[in-house]
Amino acid sequence: MPVNVSMNVNGRAISEEVEDRTLLVELLRETLRLTGTHVGCDTSQCGACVVHVDGRSVKACTMLATQAHGADVVTIEGLAEGGKLHPMQEAFRDNHGLQCGFCTPGMVMSALDLVARNPDPTGPEVREWLEGNLCRCTGYHNIVKSILAGASTMRGGS
Amino acid sequence: MYEFNYHRPGTLEAAAAALAAAEDGQVLAGGQTLIPTLKQRLASPSDVVDLGSIAGLDGVRREGESIVVGAMTRHADVASSPEVQAAIPALASLAEGIGDPQVRNCGTIGGSIANADPAADYPAAVVGLGASIRTDRRTIAGDDFFTGLFETALEEGEIIVSVSFPIPRRAAYAKFPNPASRYAIVGVMAAETSGGVRVAVTGAGDRVFRVGAMEAALAGSFSADALAGASVSADGLNEDIHAGADYRAHLVGVMARRAVAAAAG
Amino acid sequence: MAESGIGASVPRTEDQRFLTGSGDYTDDTTFPHQTHAAFVRSTHPHASFTLDTTAAASAPGVVTVLTGADLAADEIGTLICGWQVTGKDGEPHKAPPHPVLAVDTVRHVGDAIAIVVAESARAARDAAEQVEVSYAPLPAVVSMRDALADGAPQIHSDAPGNLCYDWEIGDRAATDDAFARAHHVARLDLVNNRLIPNAMEPRSAIGDFNPASGDYTLRLTSQNPHIHRLVLAAFIQIAPEHKLHVIAPDVGGGFGSKIFIYQEETAVLWAAGKIGRPVKWTADRSESFVADAHGRDHESHVELALDADGRFLGLKVSTLANMGAYLSTFASCVPSYLYGTLLQGQYTTEAIYCEVKAVFTNTTPVDALRGAGRPEATYVVERIVDQAAREMGIDAAELRRRNFIPADAFPYPTKVALEYDSGNYRLALDRALEIADYGDFAARREASSARGRLRGIGLSAYIEACGIAPSQVVGSLGAGVGLWESGGIRFNPTGNVLVYTGSHSHGQGHETTFAQLVSDYLGVPFESVEVVHGDTEKTPFGMGTYGSRSLAVGGSALVKAMDKIIAKGRKIAAFTLEASEEDIEFSGGDFAVAGTDRSMNIAEVAFSAYVPHNYPLDELEPGLEETGFYDPANFTFPAGTHVCEVEVDPETGTTEIVNWVAVDDFGNVVNPMIVEGQVHGGVAHGVGQALLEGCAYDADGQLLTGSFMDYTMPRADDLPDMTVETTCTPCPHNPLGVKGCGEAGAIAAPAAVMNAITDALGTNAIDMPATPQAVWRALSE
Repeated sequence: MPVNVSMNVNGRAISEEVEDRTLLVELLRETLRLTGTHVGCDTSQCGACVVHVDGRSVKACTMLATQAHGADVVTIEGLAEGGKLHPMQEAFRDNHGLQCGFCTPGMVMSALDLVARNPDPTGPEVREWLEGNLCRCTGYHNIVKSILAGASTMRGGS
Repeated sequence: MYEFNYHRPGTLEAAAAALAAAEDGQVLAGGQTLIPTLKQRLASPSDVVDLGSIAGLDGVRREGESIVVGAMTRHADVASSPEVQAAIPALASLAEGIGDPQVRNCGTIGGSIANADPAADYPAAVVGLGASIRTDRRTIAGDDFFTGLFETALEEGEIIVSVSFPIPRRAAYAKFPNPASRYAIVGVMAAETSGGVRVAVTGAGDRVFRVGAMEAALAGSFSADALAGASVSADGLNEDIHAGADYRAHLVGVMARRAVAAAAG
Repeated sequence: MAESGIGASVPRTEDQRFLTGSGDYTDDTTFPHQTHAAFVRSTHPHASFTLDTTAAASAPGVVTVLTGADLAADEIGTLICGWQVTGKDGEPHKAPPHPVLAVDTVRHVGDAIAIVVAESARAARDAAEQVEVSYAPLPAVVSMRDALADGAPQIHSDAPGNLCYDWEIGDRAATDDAFARAHHVARLDLVNNRLIPNAMEPRSAIGDFNPASGDYTLRLTSQNPHIHRLVLAAFIQIAPEHKLHVIAPDVGGGFGSKIFIYQEETAVLWAAGKIGRPVKWTADRSESFVADAHGRDHESHVELALDADGRFLGLKVSTLANMGAYLSTFASCVPSYLYGTLLQGQYTTEAIYCEVKAVFTNTTPVDALRGAGRPEATYVVERIVDQAAREMGIDAAELRRRNFIPADAFPYPTKVALEYDSGNYRLALDRALEIADYGDFAARREASSARGRLRGIGLSAYIEACGIAPSQVVGSLGAGVGLWESGGIRFNPTGNVLVYTGSHSHGQGHETTFAQLVSDYLGVPFESVEVVHGDTEKTPFGMGTYGSRSLAVGGSALVKAMDKIIAKGRKIAAFTLEASEEDIEFSGGDFAVAGTDRSMNIAEVAFSAYVPHNYPLDELEPGLEETGFYDPANFTFPAGTHVCEVEVDPETGTTEIVNWVAVDDFGNVVNPMIVEGQVHGGVAHGVGQALLEGCAYDADGQLLTGSFMDYTMPRADDLPDMTVETTCTPCPHNPLGVKGCGEAGAIAAPAAVMNAITDALGTNAIDMPATPQAVWRALSE
C-alpha cells in the first residue's frame, strides 16, 4: 500500500509516495537520488548509511522511510556549503581519513554526532564511538586522527 | 522485506485496535531488531504498528524510590539521563553499552524487552534490579516477564507502556560482548536492593536468569571476594562459535565478580 | 613543485567527491529502462536438483527467469581459471567446469542456480522465492582432510579424490640432508584461517546491450576491467572483445575479491543481451558472504632445522590448501607460486622443500585475498622462527639477525626460484626494535604481571614479491596472461595532461599518486594533470590492480610513455628553436638549447604540436600523445619488520594490542601519507585475521559466519595507534625504484600478533583467530 512521506532533507521539503516497506536509505538513494548514503550490509552493522534524523545519527538502512515522516534529515550531501567542505570533511581529507570512500559518508555523519555530544573527545572515545562504523581500508588510524582534528577545528571555529 | 500495511496510531488505544484488527500484527518500537529481521525476510507480518507517534510513551522520571522509563525511551536517552545516572548508574552504563551509537539513538527499552533476545542487555537490568513492567493492561513483575527464548508474559496485542526500576542501594553491570554482534555473550547485573541481593545473567541461557548461590554468598558479604570460586554449571548454557557452554559458565563467574567489585567499589 | 612532486604528502584529488557524497559507485547509477536481477542460490552444499520457474516467471513485475539450461542453449561458456599449475606428476591441475548458473548439480551453499529479472529489485527478490528448486541432497565434504580421505564423496567427476593438484617446489634431497645434520628441529602445525574479504562496497554489476550496434556494456565493481572484458569475450564468449565495453567506476575496496570473473556479472551481462534492457544486480552483504571468493584456508606442517648456533639449515613445509567447490579465476597460483616461492623469507636458509595439495570441498571458492599466498608464507616462516628461538633459548630478534641475508648479498638467488633484488633487513629490524623499545620489554611485562595481565611481544620479519609480473616468468609458471602494464600520456593543446593507466584505483589514490609522478617527471603543474582509469574504451589495454603492482608496473609504464613524450618534445623544440636535437636538454618542464638561454616550456611544445603550421611533416608528426607498455625484469621485494605488543587478560582471554611498530622498505615513496595509510589498512586486515576473523562452516556445509553478526570485522577499538616508518633500498630494476606497499601490513601482521600472544601465553597451542575463547582454552590446557 503506498504511503505518503514528507520530510526535510538537507533543508529542502520533500513529499513522496512510497511503498510501506521502503527504507529511509531507499528513499534517499532511489527516489531522491542522494547516492552519497551507502549500503554496505543488511544487518545494521557497517554504518555506511548513517544520516542524521532530527539531529541524531541513525542507520538509514534500519529505519522505514515512514518513521522519518515529518523529520529533519541531513545526509552527507547536506554538509558542504557552496562547494566549501565542512571542517570535518576537510579534516578527513587533510589526514587521509579515507581510501576507497565507501564508508566515508557514514563515518563523517557519525563523527559529527559524536562531536555534537562531546566537542573534545579523546582518541579512545572516538574509537569507542565508531563501534557502528566499519572500514576495511584505513585501519581506522587516520579516521581517528581526522575526527580529532575536525573536532578541534570545530571547537576553534565556533 | 515482504509487503505489509503500515500504521501510525496516535494513541495507545488506536494502536491496540490496529493490532487487534490485523491478521498478524507486529508492534514497531525502535525497529533495531525488527527492521533487520524484516529485511532478511525472516518475518512477514501483515501489519506493522508504529508506536513512534504516541505521546507520553518516552521519557525518564523519578517516582518515589523508583526510576520509571517510558517504553519508547531510546537507549541513548537512558544512558544520558541525569536522573538515571544519579539514581541507578548501573542502568545508565548498561544502556550506554548496547549495540552502537546509532542503535542507541533508535532502539527502545520497550522494544528490547518485548523482543526478549536471550543476549540482550536490558533483561539483566529488569531482573537484576527487580523491575516491574507496566502494559496497557496490567503490571507484570520483572521476575515473571521473560518466559523463554524470545518469549515473554505479554499477551497477544499487549503493549508495554513503561518499566519501573526500584532504586538499588548499589548495583553494577559487567558485560562480555560478542565480538561481532556486540550483544552479550555474558552480561551480569549484580545489585544490592532493599529486597535483597540480585544477580541476573543475560546471554548465557535461553533467557535471563538469577544465580541463587551467588545471591546467597553476596547476602553475607557484598564483595567480589565472597564470589571467589562461585560459578554456574555449564549444563544447558548457550553454545555458539564464539563461546562454548563451559566458557560461558566461566565468564558468568568473572563478570559477576567484576560487577560486584564495580558496585562495591 | 616540491609540495606536489614525488615524495610529498599531497592530499588526495579524489577525496572531494568521496567526502561530499558525489562518488560514482556502480550501484549509484540508474539507467533508463533499467531492470533488476536477483539470484536463486543453493541452500545445500552438494545436491542434484530440478527447477520449476513457471510461478516465478508469471509473478508481478518479472521480465524473465533464466537458468543454466538457457545458458547452454546460447552456448555461453563456463567460468575459467587463468593460471595452470603443473603438479609433481607433470600433469596440469584439475579445473572442472564452473557453470555460470548451476546445471543439475550445486556444489556449495550460495551456488547460483537461476537469475530472475524484474522491474524492481523487490519484485525480483519476491519472484526469486517462487522459483521452485527440488533438491536431492548428495553427501558433502567440508573439511580438506575429509575431502582427501579414501572413499570421500566426489565433488567433480574429473577431479578424482577431490584433488586439484599436488605440487612441490625446492630440493627435497638437499632438505632431507640438512635435517640429517641438524642440531635442533622445530616443528609446528599451523592453520591459516579462512577469511571473507568484505570490501565495504558489495559487488555490483549493470549489464546493457544496444541492439542497434550490437554493443554490450558492463559497469561493475572490478579491480581489472580489461581482464573482465578479455575473459567474458574470449572464454565465456558473450560478445567479441571489440563489442564489449567494461567500466569499473569508483570501486569501494577490493582486496582481491573484485579481481575475479564471477557468476553474477556474467549472468547479468548475458541477460541484458537477451532482454535488450539494462540489468542491475547489487549483492546484499549476505550474498557477499557466500558468493565472493574467500581467502587463505591452509593447514600446514612446518619443520625448521638449525645448527648449534641457530643457523637455518633447512625448512620443510607440507600444506593443504582449500580451493572450495570450483577453481576461481586465479585460485591455483595462490597456494603455489605466490606461496612456496616466498618461503626463503628474509633468511639464508640453505635448503627448502615445500609440497602443497590443493583440495576441492563443498564450500565457496577460495582465491587471492590481500597478500595472496605471501601472508601464508610469512606466517609459516615467522611462526617457526619464533618457535625455534624459544626452544633454543635464543632471543627472537637475535636469531633473525644471525640468519638474515646480508645487505651486501643482493641480488640473492633463493632456494625457491626467485632472485631477491635488494634489501636491508637488519636495518628495518633494528629500527623497529628501537621504536618499540624492545630492550625494556621485560620491565613492561613485569608491570603488566603486577596487574594480573600477561604481556607478550612478537616480531614478524616479512617479505613479499610484488609488482606481480614479469610476463616471461609468470608465463613459464602457467599464467594464462601476460602481466605487464600500460600507460598513456596525452597533452592537450592548452598544456594540460590526461594520464591513461591500465591500473585501477579502488582506494589506493592513483588519481593523486600518478598525477604527482607525471607532474614531477614532466614539470607540469599538479593541477593540470588528470588521471583516467577503469574504462576499457578510454585507457589502453591494462592488467589492473592487485599484488601491489600499480606504481611498480603501471607507474613504470607511465615513465616509458613520458620518456617518449620527452623525446618527441625534444624534436619539436629542436625544430622550433632551430637547434639540433642532441643539444636540447629537458629539465623541470623546459626544453632548452644547451649553453644558451633559448628554451620552450613543455606547454608551449604541446601547443606547437597541435598547431603544426610550418612543421616538416615528413620528419615531424603533429600531436603530443604517447603510450608505453612496461614489462618488468623481476618482481619487487618489499620487506620489513613489524613489532606487536599485546596484553592478555587471562580471566577472559581477551587480547589487547598495546603497541604496533612497522618499519617497511618499499623502495622510493611517492606519497608518504598514502603509503602510511596502506600500511595501517594492511595491518588492520592482518590483525583481523589473527584475532577476530574466522570463516566457519558447520559439518553439514552451512556457513556459520554468514553476516557481520557472526563474522567479526575489525572495529576501531580493536586496533591501536600505529607507528609506521620506512627504510629505503630502491628497487634496482624499475625506473622509479619503487616496490609496492598495499599488502605489506596484511602479510606481516598475523605472525607478529600470534608471536606476541604465544610469547604472552607461553604456549604455541593456539591458532588464528586467537579469540578470547581460544586464548582462554589455550591457558586452561
